[in-house]
Amino acid sequence: MAETVLMRNFGRPDSHTLAAYRAAGGYAAWEKAKTMEPTAIVDDVKKSNLRGLGGAGFPTGMKWSFIPKTHTGPVYLVVNADEGEPGTFKDRYLLERDPHALIEGMLITARAIRSALGFVYIRGEYVQPWRRFSAAVKEAYDAGLLGNGFEVVVHRGAGAYICGEETGLLSSLEGKKGWPKIKPPFPAIKGAFGQPTIVNNVETLCCVPPIIERGAAWFAGLGTKTQGGTRMYSVSGRVKKPAVYETSVSITLRQLIELAGGVSGTGRLKAVVPGGGSAAILTADEIDVTMDVDGLKNAGTMIGSAGVIVMDESVSIPEALLVLARFYAHESCGQCTPCRESTGWIEKIVHRIVEGHGHKDDLDTILDVAKRGGGTTICAFYDGAIGPYISYIEKFRPEFEALCRS
Amino acid sequence: MPKLTVDGKEIEVEAGTNLIEAARRLGIDVPHYCYHPALSIAGQCRLCMVDIEKTPRPSIACNTLAADGMVVHTQTDRVKETRRSIMEFHLINHPLDCPVCDQAGECWLQIYYMQHGLYDPRMVDEKVHKPKAVPLGPHVMLDAERCILCSRCVRFCDEITGTGELGIFSRGDHSEIGLFPGHDLENNYSGNVVDICPVGALTDREFRFQVRVWYLDTSKSVCPGCARGCNVDVHVNRKRPHHAGGRRVARLKPRFNEAVNAWWICDVGRYGFDAVDDPSRIRFARHGGVDVTRDEALGLLVAALRDHAPDEIAILASPELSNEDLFALRRLAEHRGIRQLAFGVPPGKAGADDDFLLRADRSPNTRGAEAVGFAADADSILARARAGALKVLWVIQHDLPGSGWPTAATAQALERLETLIFTGTNENGTSTLAPLVLPLAAWVERDGTFTNFLGRVQRFRAAVEPLGDALAGWDLFGLVLTLLGGASAGGRAELWFRELAKTVPAFAGLTYQSIGDGGAMLAGALPTTAPEPPGRRVKAHA
Repeated sequence: MAETVLMRNFGRPDSHTLAAYRAAGGYAAWEKAKTMEPTAIVDDVKKSNLRGLGGAGFPTGMKWSFIPKTHTGPVYLVVNADEGEPGTFKDRYLLERDPHALIEGMLITARAIRSALGFVYIRGEYVQPWRRFSAAVKEAYDAGLLGNGFEVVVHRGAGAYICGEETGLLSSLEGKKGWPKIKPPFPAIKGAFGQPTIVNNVETLCCVPPIIERGAAWFAGLGTKTQGGTRMYSVSGRVKKPAVYETSVSITLRQLIELAGGVSGTGRLKAVVPGGGSAAILTADEIDVTMDVDGLKNAGTMIGSAGVIVMDESVSIPEALLVLARFYAHESCGQCTPCRESTGWIEKIVHRIVEGHGHKDDLDTILDVAKRGGGTTICAFYDGAIGPYISYIEKFRPEFEALCRS
Repeated sequence: MPKLTVDGKEIEVEAGTNLIEAARRLGIDVPHYCYHPALSIAGQCRLCMVDIEKTPRPSIACNTLAADGMVVHTQTDRVKETRRSIMEFHLINHPLDCPVCDQAGECWLQIYYMQHGLYDPRMVDEKVHKPKAVPLGPHVMLDAERCILCSRCVRFCDEITGTGELGIFSRGDHSEIGLFPGHDLENNYSGNVVDICPVGALTDREFRFQVRVWYLDTSKSVCPGCARGCNVDVHVNRKRPHHAGGRRVARLKPRFNEAVNAWWICDVGRYGFDAVDDPSRIRFARHGGVDVTRDEALGLLVAALRDHAPDEIAILASPELSNEDLFALRRLAEHRGIRQLAFGVPPGKAGADDDFLLRADRSPNTRGAEAVGFAADADSILARARAGALKVLWVIQHDLPGSGWPTAATAQALERLETLIFTGTNENGTSTLAPLVLPLAAWVERDGTFTNFLGRVQRFRAAVEPLGDALAGWDLFGLVLTLLGGASAGGRAELWFRELAKTVPAFAGLTYQSIGDGGAMLAGALPTTAPEPPGRRVKAHA
């Protein structure tokens, strides 16, 4: 297995403290970055092939370079710590066990994009991560790491999944209802409070100090041709050792399941969700795929937030879909018509099927409705929702039909 | 300026024009709900999808700006399918209660379903239920089940009035429009949310259940509620006189005029037309408390004007009269040599400017009366009456005892007159005192022009017939002038306007054609634009 980069400090005593972080060589990257031109930092991150680890997999260095060069007003750095994708719990570990890695990543990133103010939007349910991270911010202020040209504001969410969507997060941060914003303009041009804003995921920013310290080429070499580094996979469901695993992005799904101790329950694999609730499901025959952005894209699904949910043969796929359908109906923000109306509609149909009152035609209705609504909304929420709607039914149709009348 | 092609037709538009507006100029309607030209882009109804060449999937036209060389298609199979899908989504939780919905007949769900939907319904599960018949304020009723959550009303209260009473609460298909706690939708522009609501979610409490919209006829008009002269459409019900308690005027709707009121009117004006169909309307002439024929009344009026010296006669005209009425009256006074001629804005009628359209001067034609040559000063006429120098006073429209003039002094003035004559639309304090009363046609019953406070001359058109023997001012004054041996301009308001334009330099060059639907400025008056809405003004932070 590849070396441990992001979780390198997790095993140290009091790893969340500044003293422990420093003792492990922390903030050396920041010292180095301070001597670098901002453009050189951006170039390093571009060369490292770091891609966003929150879900979309967008190249991080390229995102940073979208800040208008001529802009003279404030630029904001916003950290997306609203980790809410079903089956994902990696950012929680970083915030709790290595909060200074995030602060160091923010400092370097702020220098690269010339930002003097950063916001960290933490999921409301994440109480312990918020406590740990806030304490780390205080330590960093006391040590003079923060407050000398870069300030950090910690903001807690109030429990809406949609506020993890980049622009929904910005609306919420601005004090408005957490509705995603219409694009264009993109946040790098006009983001939080109308200013150019870079929104990055916690894990993404935690990759930045190692890149600066050990070099872009080293980081790029850890991964595949199109994605550098390692990443943290949240493995849950029917595996013997559910946990967060950090490995190279070139690992296959089969290897990852083995790393997590193999399939538990009946011991016979039925299906795997490879990248959080919004990723299309894979059958037991489809797990020889590499767990990088492009590997899963080619397999017709997505790595998303790398939340791997393993289902053994005892799991009912229709019931699993009902859980997700209920989730999407509950969490749709209600802004765009197709998503607002059809998430609720599909939940009702799936519910009816699971209760034994479905009809085979209902399955075609779900597929048709999902396909028609895809790609018609402001944000990617609905495109995420239709991943499971379509793949669960298409790949496990007989199981649904067995519950239907006629 | 970008030049683009929409459905094969080329057009050049100003930079910053979106595709809905660019298509509209070519006469192509891109269906939409949430987009409104006066409001920010929400992009949430998702209906305005169009195909743009070299773009992988349909884009929303509201948030896509026209670009040079862009090739847009609004009628591809893919676009049509997308519209059908979006219409299906809009309607799955809609109650489909058109038969009892006031919006029926002017509902964009109906219109777009007929144009673009026409699918078989597939929704067999229970619909989402939401609050119905919720009063949001004095004028607006909400049916949350009919709402398609386009957010126009929310944006209106945020961006136009700046009052922010409305919000969207809850999430997903349970989202609903509502009031923020402790607020009512009672700003002076609340009626506009009914106009911009594309469906039957927001209805007008005064209008609901009164008359079906397909029985209504429309006349272009000007609101007489204040000196702004907001452009309106008067909707009248002539086809079903047994509906709405026999009221002919069903409602006023704003008519777009960028130079005056843009898309909006205030509630004071919108709901201020009750007098038109009120039982207090004067239908027939009356002498000594007994109805008389029009000819008899005219004979008595002419006699009073003829048999007294001009110095003993005064005419108190009204700023509610049109330019044509006032000019005819001026001709009449000149013919008889009557110099005591004023229009007098009643002190009691004055309100206050609000922060947008409504003016403190609640009369529609003060500026016009001044331009036609009337003095504003009613007080000197009343003073002369009190001094016993007047024998005949002809009062038009004013409620002298009830309009804020000093009560005792006014009563004293009226007591000393030999003859008090009243001409007006409705009974009031003057009509009950006057021995001779002649009816006047209400503003919706006559043609004419008002001049707004900035000098914009605007036409209003008759929407219904005058009640009883009532005549328009110019008509009545022209008849009196003829009976006194003068020359009337003729039997149409336009003929009087021609005379006015020939005679009064401020109106020189203006014709009904040049005034058109949007109005035209008096000579020397600067062009106008509608005021900046309060919600868009940059607020200074304390």
